[in-house]
Order: sequence, then structure tokens, then C-alpha cells
Amino acid sequence: MLQVTDLRKTYPTGDEALKGVTTSVEGSETVAMIGPSGAGKSTFIRCVNRLTEPSGGEIYLDDTELTGLNDDALRAARRDIGMIFQEYNLVERLTVMENVLTGRLGYVSAWQAFRRSFPPEDIERAYEILDRVGLGEMENKRVDELSGGQRQRVGIARAVIQQPKILLVDEPTSSLDPETSNTVMRLLTDIAAEREVPVLINIHEVDLAIEHADRIVGLHDGELVFEGSPSELDQLGLDQVYRGAEVPENADDGQAPETTGDGDVLPDTDRPLAGET
Amino acid sequence: MATEQPTWERFDRRRRLSRFVLLLVAAVTVVASWRFMDTGVARPETIPREIADLLTRMYPPDVAYTTQIVQPLIETVQIAALGTLGAILLAVPVALLAAENTTPNAATFWLGKLIVTVSRSVNTIIWALFFVVLFGSGPLAGAVAIVFRSIGFLGKLLGEEIEEIDFGQVEAVRASGASSAQILLYGVLPQVKPALVGLSIYRWDINIRDSTVLGFVGAGGIGVELFRAVNAFAWQSVAMVLIVILGVVVVTESLSAYTRGLVR
Amino acid sequence: MAAGNRTWERPTVFRRREVKWAVYVGIVGFVLWSGVGVGADPARIAQGLGSAGSLVGDFLPPSATPRQAQRIADKMLESVAMAMVSTLTGIVLSVPIAFMAAENLSPKPLYAINRGFISISRAFNAIIVGIIAVKAIGFGPLAGILTITFKTVGFFSKLLAEDLEDIDMGSVNAVRASGASPIQTVLYGVVPQIIPRFAGLSVYRWDINIRTSTIIGIVGAGGIGSVLLTAFNRYDYQYVTAILLAIIAVVLVAEGVSAVVRRRYT
Ligand SMILES: Nc1ncnc2c1ncn2[C@@H]1O[C@H](COP(=O)(O)OP(=O)(O)O)[C@@H](O)[C@H]1O
Ligand SMILES: [Mg+2]
Repeated sequence: MLQVTDLRKTYPTGDEALKGVTTSVEGSETVAMIGPSGAGKSTFIRCVNRLTEPSGGEIYLDDTELTGLNDDALRAARRDIGMIFQEYNLVERLTVMENVLTGRLGYVSAWQAFRRSFPPEDIERAYEILDRVGLGEMENKRVDELSGGQRQRVGIARAVIQQPKILLVDEPTSSLDPETSNTVMRLLTDIAAEREVPVLINIHEVDLAIEHADRIVGLHDGELVFEGSPSELDQLGLDQVYRGAEVPENADDGQAPETTGDGDVLPDTDRPLAGET
Repeated sequence: MATEQPTWERFDRRRRLSRFVLLLVAAVTVVASWRFMDTGVARPETIPREIADLLTRMYPPDVAYTTQIVQPLIETVQIAALGTLGAILLAVPVALLAAENTTPNAATFWLGKLIVTVSRSVNTIIWALFFVVLFGSGPLAGAVAIVFRSIGFLGKLLGEEIEEIDFGQVEAVRASGASSAQILLYGVLPQVKPALVGLSIYRWDINIRDSTVLGFVGAGGIGVELFRAVNAFAWQSVAMVLIVILGVVVVTESLSAYTRGLVR
Repeated sequence: MAAGNRTWERPTVFRRREVKWAVYVGIVGFVLWSGVGVGADPARIAQGLGSAGSLVGDFLPPSATPRQAQRIADKMLESVAMAMVSTLTGIVLSVPIAFMAAENLSPKPLYAINRGFISISRAFNAIIVGIIAVKAIGFGPLAGILTITFKTVGFFSKLLAEDLEDIDMGSVNAVRASGASPIQTVLYGVVPQIIPRFAGLSVYRWDINIRTSTIIGIVGAGGIGSVLLTAFNRYDYQYVTAILLAIIAVVLVAEGVSAVVRRRYT
């Protein structure tokens, strides 16, 4: 279980990306974090495994508090956190198998890593996962020969082979076409369900979030402004998340309430569910 | 557009003017330089004759001398190979220090830059002078001199390659709980490997040429024979050594170009 | 799925694993053989590095008497002056050679001769050229100028010839078709196409020439190098360090100037 309390991040540039976010991911649920670009979604995820150092707050993964760990303990903790990236972030000049085995680096010595001599169980597990994500027989292809969808499958395999306690996923589909997005999302949530791993997933497309998530949290300008089940996410919730609307007194007419004046008005194309309500 | 035109012209004129000034400065410097030097010859017109004279004395090359230069030639190749290898091993950490995105802190960054700068600013032959004092004369001093000159070259160019890498790939490896050494092996090394191989071969090519003169300061290689022949005024032997050096360098250069083409 | 324990080995560029091992053994063997050849036995290296500490101590701090400092300044100026003059002479001589060494502009035999000349110039280290120049015309900066000019021609005319081979013949033919003489054709059709890189290359080569001019004095071809060699031979190591610092400073300034000029004017 991941429990985040009052997480803050201020970048050296002065950007307050997170202004005290409290939320949790429990059991084996899939939580989607939605929000406009710049809301702090990536920062949140990166703070959890400390690719970005948080400025304040607490992060518990089961019983381990992550923000205070020293380097060695942090490396050990990261082995339990699988991460999937927007731009895949695969090592382009290595093979599919080497990329997948990267997920096991925390368990072998540098010399073994250099020799590529991973334990047989890791190899076997890698083959199984590659079969599961539909990349059987591709293990010796170099990653730079793969399509976007195939790459993200490698990315999923790399995270899953860690046998993590949680998967952190940052906009896994925004570099993919809509159809591939859907299959990749389905694959991801299915695998997580099979292995009973909770997932925290940043996502831009609200319809994908509603379709695949058990719970949705909405971030706006570094603050948590929505938390609830997909069915609870109505137009009002969307406005709060995407336009920074205050909770209005009289929103009966269904019209979008006034924005808070921070100028964050989405262009039409950015508007999720436009015309669906 | 219409308002843009004059400013553009003015800029161009200024550019032209500054170019002209630059050329003028260059010209004046060259003339001043010439007058400053004590060239020691009253009659420069004799130079072509003296060169032609020397070339005639070199002909025909002393082919029999070849047997004597085989061993020094092998030594030259060995110096270049060992020197390049040693330089690669030492240049990798230096490059990591001298690259902004992999250096641990500001102090290590400047240390990296300092090593690169000193190594690069001191010519191989000067490094050789130093190491002859340290190790005594012989090819060992030459090989170490090659190492010290090449560290800066490789460290600088490899460091620039490291600064260009995609850091997302590095972060992904880090996120899996990898140690620093593993991050280098999986995140950084694959990305700079083609550059590393290409630069190393390129430097080896340069080092073959540099190794041919180490002999002048007693640091081994074919240079020893060359300078012995020069000092004995054995011009036909000199010609033979020069031909052999030319051959080796041409072969090395084509080999280097060919293998660099193979690396992807 | 139930394939049991599958194994995996990283695919190699060599077709078979035995080939790979043979190559590795070959490389290791070559390195060991080279090590023996240059006399790199560990004891000797250890001993050398052991005495490095005290030797480095001998080199520090840098020092020079006023007379020595004056000598550094004079000879350094001579180095820089040699580099200046020979950059100019080298470039001037490069132009005709480059035209003769451009495959598209020059008849075959002339092309071959000039390419050969370029290869020779590039193959020999400046030290070798310097020692021969000194034997031919005597000690002093003139031998240095000859050396650096010769090296400059090899470098410059090769790159220039490659540029010439890449020029757009369409615009050259257009100039020729307008009734221009061969010289006019070159001036208006070819020269404008290569001028930008020409300027950059000149400055770049000037930078290299400054470096060269600081060392060829070692063989008597003028400049600071002779002072350095003398200081070494007299075991005057603190003076050596002072000279080295002067050389490093000049090299860095030249590199800086070259970088700035290339960025701003090309
Ligand atoms: N490395 C960084 N340095 C400075 N500011 C940053 C950095 N990364 C993100 N930010 C800022 O933090 C805010 C949140 O960014 P991010 O977490 O990437 O949002 P999202 O992923 O929701 O689009 C933005 O204002 C962004 O400009
Ligand atoms: Mg983001």
C-alpha cells in the first residue's frame, strides 16, 4: 500500500509543482491521476521513487518511509517500485531481453550485470513476461527496431519483472495512437490484476481513465481537487480538475462555472469528454 | 518587411566592417611577425635549391636498411596500441567527471575540466620528455606519454557525447534500483558506445603518427632510427624510414576509416 | 509456456561464440605482447610512479629568473610570429594545390600528384618535417615557418579540395554560360561557394599552428620549444614548469580566440 501525506515539491526555479498532496493507493486497485498538463502529475510520481527529491511530506510504501532513506536503502526500496514512462525510456541500443532484465539489476552485482549473467529464474521469468505482453521470440531484437506499441510493451515487461509492490505509470499512452493506447492500457491493467499489483497511473485522456481505473484522483495546479470513483466524476469534477473551478453554490444550469482567473483555460482539443455530457 | 530592410542592411554593414578590421589586424600581425623574426638567412631565394639538394641526396632510398627498421616499427605500433588502450581506460572516468550530467558535483566537474585541459595543452613530445625523466629512456616512457596526451582528447570528446545522451534512459535504469556502476553500464555506456569506439580508433590513428617522433627524446619507436640516420647524414636511410612511416600511416588511416564506418 | 528453464545469452556480432573467444584471446595476447615489447613490467612502472612524487616536487613551484622570463617572452613571441606567417603562406599555397587536387576541376595526373603531396604532408608529424627542414636550411624560425607551412598545406588543401568537389556545378556552369573567362568563372562561380568554410578553417588551422609552433623548437626550428628542451637537459625543472605554463596559456588563448572568431564570423 502506498500512502502519501502532504507531499510538496518546489523546484529550484521556484515552480511550486506540488502544494501538499495527500492520497493513497491500496490493495490491488488501479488509481488514475488526471489533470491538465503542468498540474504536477509527473512530479508526483517521480517524487514517490525519488527520481525527483520531494521538498516535504511523507511517503509510505507498506511500512517503509521513503523520503528519509539513504542511498542504499533507497535502491532497495526502488526494486519494489516498477515505473513505466511516457517516452518508454528504454535503452535504445540494447536488446529487448537486456531491457527487460534491467528490471532485475537491483538483485545482481555490477559484474554479473556487465556479463549479462542473470539467475536462470530471472531469464525464465523474462521469457514468460515477454510472452505475456505479446513479444515472444523478440528477445534478441534491438529496441530501436521496435514500434511505439512494442516499445511500451517492453516498458511494461521491464517494470513487471521487478515483481514490484506498486506500479507507477506516467502517461503510458500519450506517445501512441488511440487504438494502440487502448490495447496497451488494457494489457497493463490486466497484468496488474493478474499479479494483484496496485497501479498509480497518470493519464491525460479522461475516457481512458474512466474505462480502466477503479478510482480517480484529480490534480490541478499542484493540489488534489477530486477524488472518487469513475462514476462520480461528473462535469463539475472535470471543471474543477481542468479549469480550476471553485465548488460553486449554484451550478444547476449545468454550465461551466467561472474559472478562478489563473488563466488556465483549456483549448477545445484539450477538453476531455467534450460534447459527451 | 519594409521596416526590417534598413536594420538588416546596417547589421550587414557592421558585420562587413568588423570582418574587414579583423582581416586588417591579421595582415598587420603577419607583417609585424615577419619583421620581428630573426630568420637568419639573407637570401630566402636559396631555400628551394637547398631543399632540392637534400631531396637528391635522399635518392635512391636505402632498401637494405629496411631489415633494421622492422623492430623499431613494431615497437611504434605497440606504443600506440598500449598508449591508446591505457588512455581509454583512464579517459572514461575523466569523461564522466567532465560531463555536466554525470559529474557528482561542481568540484569534480572542474577537476575533470582541468585534467582534460592540461592533458590536451601539452604535446605528446613534451609529455615524453617528462616521462623519460621518470622511467628512463625507452618505449615505456613513450607509451605513458601517449596515454597522458590522449586522456584529454578522449575525455573531452567523450564527455561531450555523454552530455548529449538521453537522460530518460538513465533514469529508467535508476528507477529499477540499479547501483551507480550498473546505471553506467546499462544507462550510459550503451548510448556512448559507438562514439567511444569511433573516437578510440581515431585516436589510435593519431597515436601511430605521434609515436613516430617519440624517439627524438629517447622514448622509443621508429623515431630513434630516424634521428640516428638524420644525425649521421645517412639521407638514403632517412628516405627509407620516411617511406616506411608513410606506408604505415596510410594503412592505419584507411583501417581507421574502415572500422569507424562499421560501428553503428 | 511450459518450456522449462530457457537460457539466454546476449547475441554477439561474431557469428559463432568460438570466433568471439578467439578474437578476445587475440586482443589480450596482442596487448600482453605489446606490454613486453615496450618493457612495461609492473615493477618498473611501480618504481617510476613511486618516484613520481618526488619528481613532481622538483617541478614545483614554477620559477624563472627575470632573464629567463624575458627569454620565455621573446621565444614565445617568436612561436606566435611563426604561426602567424606560416598560416598565411600555408593558406596561400593551399589554394592552387586544392584546385589541382579537386577531382572535378583537375586533370587526372595533376590530381594524383597533388593528392600524393597532400598525403605526404599529412602523414609526417611536424617534428619529423621540422628536423628535415632544419637540416636543409639551418636552425631558426625560417625552418619552423617552412615546417608549419608544409603541414598547413596538407591540411588545408585536402579540406578545400573536398569542398571544391562538393560545389554545385550548376551555378558554375551558369557563370561560364554567361561568357565568363575561366578565371572569372572561378571567381564568381566557385569562390562564393567556398568562402564561408574557408574563413572558419583558416582560424581553426591558425589555432593548430600556434600549438605546433610551441614545440618544433625542440628540433631547432624556432620558438619556445628550444628553451624547453634546454631547460630539461639542464635539469632546471622549475623553469620547465614555468615554460609549460606559458605554453598552456598561449594554447588556451589561441583556442579561445579561434572558437570565438569561428562562432561569430562564420
Ligand atoms: N525539472 C523541473 N524544473 C522546474 N520546474 C519543473 C520541472 N519539472 C516540472 N516542472 C514544473 O512543475 C509543474 C508540474 O509539472 P509536471 O509534474 O511535469 O506536470 P504534469 O506531469 O502534470 O504535466 C509545471 O509547472 C512544470 O513547469
Ligand atoms: Mg507529465
